[in-house]
Amino acid sequence: MSQVLYSMAAFVVFPGFLFTAAVGLLVAWVDRKITARLQWRVGPPWYQNFVDFFKLLGKETIIPRGASRISFLIAPIIGLIGVTLVSLILWQVNLNPHQSFLGDLIVILYLSILPSLAIVMGGSASANPLGALGASREMKMILADELPFIVAIFTPVVSIGSIKLDSILLYQSNYGMMFTHHLSSIIALVVAFFCLQAKMTLVPFDAPEAEQEIMAGPYIEYSGPPLAIFKLTRAMALFALPVFLITIFLGGFQFQGLGILWSVVKYLVILVLIILVKNTNPRLRIDQALRFFWLRMFPLSLVGFVLALVGL
Amino acid sequence: MSKLWALKKSIWVFHLCTGSCNNCDIEILDCLTPKFDLERFGIVLVGSIRHADVILVTGAVTRKCLPRMKLTWEQMPQPKLVVAIGSCALSTGIFSPGYNIVGPVDKHIPVHAYVPGCPPKPEAIIDGVVKLLGSLK
Ligand code: SF4
Repeated sequence: MSQVLYSMAAFVVFPGFLFTAAVGLLVAWVDRKITARLQWRVGPPWYQNFVDFFKLLGKETIIPRGASRISFLIAPIIGLIGVTLVSLILWQVNLNPHQSFLGDLIVILYLSILPSLAIVMGGSASANPLGALGASREMKMILADELPFIVAIFTPVVSIGSIKLDSILLYQSNYGMMFTHHLSSIIALVVAFFCLQAKMTLVPFDAPEAEQEIMAGPYIEYSGPPLAIFKLTRAMALFALPVFLITIFLGGFQFQGLGILWSVVKYLVILVLIILVKNTNPRLRIDQALRFFWLRMFPLSLVGFVLALVGL
Repeated sequence: MSKLWALKKSIWVFHLCTGSCNNCDIEILDCLTPKFDLERFGIVLVGSIRHADVILVTGAVTRKCLPRMKLTWEQMPQPKLVVAIGSCALSTGIFSPGYNIVGPVDKHIPVHAYVPGCPPKPEAIIDGVVKLLGSLK
């Protein structure tokens, strides 16, 4: 019984939903603030995303005529559950490596597609041509980034020879960070970084929800609480996915003394890099994005993979 | 109560042109530039009417635009507010003798705040929005 209660608490409070949501909204503010500073603006106050979230909860939910009601409403929840589980597993393993289970890496890979699939589902259910267009672009984006991402994530697995997250963490705490010790992991980190950008549909790869041409694409018909959940999912992904990268390539999180500071610095470096890439690049067309991932990133990740097989 | 507080702190605006000369629209976009930076107050321009809290209407309503304006207003989720910007939107302005002008905005949809000027300065638009928020209860 207490075991069940414990798992429930872990899912809902820490390090699951509430924790990820709170930190995620804060991180999304960092994104907005840095973007504003880069454009010589002042930017919103730190609580802005929380206010946005609560405001959306109080608005009316409109279901467009002709929309498929159930999948329209259930799509945001699927995405939310996916990203919550990703964060939950990653933090449990980082806090206590004994919680790792065989194949948790693969489970995370699967779950991290869920938010994108939710967008596809919601967009196609909304009975709006622009929503459907956004959904189809999102689908192409999944096809584009998933292949190099998986190859990149499996590169350190090959170097270490184990597919459990705790052995990846243990290896890194014994021998130092993956990407400072293996040439293959440097390549994989670069590839995974760009794939992350596409998974969160941030700017060079934000064709699925281009505000200016297809008016937020899959989100176009969403209003009120479902939109709030979608926004929350995005904020949480901005927190959880870099944590995934750090766990695999940058030695994970430490929780003693200066280690905490060091972990936060690692996370912030990745976050600021993501924001800088987002703010200094134009949007790619969907075919350009596809070409970028399949013809540039995929061969690069294969090179990394072969190097890992050779043992570099 | 808390709902209202959240609404005041996070206004998402949608911009609708009903046949203006485009000058008012440019002034609205000016509000979002670094000099005025409305994001400081949580005001963001959104692309879809379903995300909006406030709709900024410019221009004397033309016959072609009228059904579209009504449709846009109807599609907005509650609570919804309308701000009319520019002399045209307030009173059809210099276009009033036009053969295809069907009247100022508030003849067709309820307007909560008026910002006069041809075009109004960005400061005036910000002032209008602030006064509108102050009047909310
Ligand atoms: S009020 Fe003046 S500036 Fe604005 S749309 Fe009318 S004519 Fe143009």
